[in-house]
Amino acid sequence: MSSRFPRIVGVVIAAVAGVASAHARELRVCADPNNLPFSAKNGSGFENRIAALLADELDAKLAYTWWAQRRGFLRNTLNAGKCDVVMGYPPNYQLLRSTRPYYRSSYVFVQRAGEEPITSFDDPALKRRKIGVQLVGDDGSNTPPVQILAKHGIVENVRGYMVYGDYRSKAPLSPIIEAVATGDVDVAVVWGPTAGYFAAESEVPLSLTPVLFDPTILTQPMTYDIAVGVRRSDVELADEIDRALRVRRDEVDAILAAFHVPRTDGAARIGGLR
Amino acid sequence: MRYLRVIRNTSIAALAALAAPIAALAQDAPTEQPTSPNNQQRSQQSANKPVAPAFAESEGDDASWSMPGKNTALTRYSTLDEINAGNVKDLRPVSTFSLGVNRGQEAAPLVVGDTLYVVAPFPNTLFALDLTKPGNPLKWRYDPAPAMAAQGVACCDVVNRGPIYSDGKVFFNTLDAHTIAVDAETGEEVWRTKMGEIEKGETMTMAPLIAGDKVIVGNSGGEMGVRGWAAALDQSSGEVVWKAYSTGPDAEVLIGEEFEPAYEQYRGKDLGVSSWPTDMWKQGGGTVWGWVSYDPELNLIYYGTSNPGPWNSTMRPGDNLWTAGIFARDADTGQARWFYQFSPHDMSDYDGVNEAILIDIPWEGEQRKVLVHPDRNGYIYVIDRTTGKLLSAEPYHHITSSKGVDLESGRLIYNEEKEPSGDKFVKDVCPAPPGAKDWQPAAFSHKTGHLYIPHNNLCMDMKETAVGYISGTPYVGAEVLMKAGPGGHRGEFSAWNVVAGKELWTIKERFPVWSGAVVTAGDVVFYGTMDGWFKAVDAGSGEELWKFKTSSGIIGQPTTWRGPDGKQYVAILDGVGGWSGAIVAGGLDKRDGTAALGFVNAMKDLPEYTTKGGTLYVFALP
Repeated sequence: MSSRFPRIVGVVIAAVAGVASAHARELRVCADPNNLPFSAKNGSGFENRIAALLADELDAKLAYTWWAQRRGFLRNTLNAGKCDVVMGYPPNYQLLRSTRPYYRSSYVFVQRAGEEPITSFDDPALKRRKIGVQLVGDDGSNTPPVQILAKHGIVENVRGYMVYGDYRSKAPLSPIIEAVATGDVDVAVVWGPTAGYFAAESEVPLSLTPVLFDPTILTQPMTYDIAVGVRRSDVELADEIDRALRVRRDEVDAILAAFHVPRTDGAARIGGLR
Repeated sequence: MRYLRVIRNTSIAALAALAAPIAALAQDAPTEQPTSPNNQQRSQQSANKPVAPAFAESEGDDASWSMPGKNTALTRYSTLDEINAGNVKDLRPVSTFSLGVNRGQEAAPLVVGDTLYVVAPFPNTLFALDLTKPGNPLKWRYDPAPAMAAQGVACCDVVNRGPIYSDGKVFFNTLDAHTIAVDAETGEEVWRTKMGEIEKGETMTMAPLIAGDKVIVGNSGGEMGVRGWAAALDQSSGEVVWKAYSTGPDAEVLIGEEFEPAYEQYRGKDLGVSSWPTDMWKQGGGTVWGWVSYDPELNLIYYGTSNPGPWNSTMRPGDNLWTAGIFARDADTGQARWFYQFSPHDMSDYDGVNEAILIDIPWEGEQRKVLVHPDRNGYIYVIDRTTGKLLSAEPYHHITSSKGVDLESGRLIYNEEKEPSGDKFVKDVCPAPPGAKDWQPAAFSHKTGHLYIPHNNLCMDMKETAVGYISGTPYVGAEVLMKAGPGGHRGEFSAWNVVAGKELWTIKERFPVWSGAVVTAGDVVFYGTMDGWFKAVDAGSGEELWKFKTSSGIIGQPTTWRGPDGKQYVAILDGVGGWSGAIVAGGLDKRDGTAALGFVNAMKDLPEYTTKGGTLYVFALP
């Protein structure tokens, strides 16, 4: 494959020059140190794994700058020059340049296994169940399930879980899934990768049902593409990462599957986990 | 609160199209021209007029300025008159001092005895300067070393609104939510109490208030799932004496038998739970990051609560008590006496945290003990501070988000046409989220009986949705773009007749007037502008008497005192920042108009006027 050639050339040059490192370059990634399943300081998140894969493909040494992924993240990291790559962002995010998406997922209904699956926001059962939702505090808007539930007049039986969570915990995003397992809520509407990972970890068997496309809620899409982001000016780097993602496609898919990321782009089947 | 995050996906073309006419308007806007001056206040001096309560009188104590509000009534008035309307033109700087941090400087420099105390933004170093020596050199510094283990976790800008002095100690809060007491003479730490969890988004930026033997403090971070509270610490030990939450069951809000609100909607059991959908109060905001005042005769403290959280209102139908309102509490026990809500079920980030200035006014034939509160929502509220009954609520800003305040029921009358919702986007919502006025404190002249108010002139458009992504969670955001209000200028400095509920004069400023004010017996009012002018204007006419160009924009609080040498001094910090100045202090991208909750859109030209800074200036007559 042609993409292998630059690596060989790089190694040869490094050897000739007597450089100790086998790597000709660094892949500098900014990531949240405490945001499983996406990223963690010990490298255990799926974005960490995919970043390692990209570094290998680009024959680069992986270097991290850790920063909580919240307001100001891109300003303080990628756009402050502390790194060149952020691993997961929706395409067309104004402050960065996106590669082609490497997965697409959806919000999912999370329930205890064996319960009658909720399949849409029109399900009359929703009005009777205790519902957990992910809340965004510091924005003019909120997560799509919150907006849609409110539009359906379903608010009295809804409990909110802040997406930032308690940063002292080892998994700030997990409480909403634990709430389903413990029965604090009957159903939670959670972004797919978060739901898939923590549901798989749960001792209480849980089932996931994707929130399906609904033409009446076009203003609040439940499915999103996710891509790698670079600075707007880094056209070449975006191309290189695109190529690396394409070459290592199977391994990327395997990592996402291992983390139980529910996919709506066909690579992994969504359904009961146990 | 300040600093809400919004999504960035506006097309540059759309932004430019929107910005162009605003910029044009701004250039045309006259600045620094007082309008409609009159002599009403002169003639009122002999008549019955608003006065400061006895506990706020400071005759004989003008050598010091020991708390940001000057006194616990927060009048920010000095009886000094060496510097007056006639000679203020000769004012000149006598010393400067760099705080070493180029972020928004909102603190008030304090003076007690021979020492000036000033606290910097994060990392919140406290400096003591020696006023007995030429140039006011550094006496000591105290570094609280606030934790910032998890970078980027703190919700808000890193401002600090100042320390307070009492009984040989200086008290202040740190961004990582500690309240600290430092020996005023030596700079040694006396005690330090952890009050909140920064990793849950909880921070502290407010200036504490001393009420008797207690230090009253509160938290910031209303948009981060934080539940607001105020607390009293024992001045000598730092132990928490009481803590009162702004949402939740009565037992935690400290609502008990003493609670006698003036309006029906505040009566009932556990309204801090039942005015929310299930459990939403647990992350309901109502933080206490603004000003606290204290009436020692009634032994009541007064403070406002922030907007409800999350900011988006669709998932929290109900009045969302006890947010966006004001509490009167017993200073010793924290038990609530009354509550009044400025913005029930707030939809526009109208925190209720602005100052409540305690004054006594003639009202329908009798003298009433009131508090005056210029709210974010655009009205100046006059409330009986004994009972919580509303006397008046008059607009001091162009308002479209509401139609007025019903004095009978006490309720704000919202304008349904301007209410944001998930699938409707509204234009020309006024005031914008920072409100008619944000934290920047007004002053009350004990002499003229008028209020001097630094404030904004800002409106907003909510626009089409765009994708956002935080902590790995994608969503569709509401885009907010702020802009200048009618007239094209973005700030005003106004004199206000409290009893008549009318403006006396106003000075238009290019940018929001984000600094505090001070008024003196010399009939001079001091304030600063974001483009870096420290100004003195005539308390009677609003005529500009003097101005000095500082090196950065001003969002601080002026103070004045009589030095050890017997002369009157005036001080201010420069250093633009805060929510309004984020485009400079935070280095935000001016193409991203929706940054800093859309405030950047209204402040695109600020970098053309100022850069970052952080310097203390002390002025005196030759």
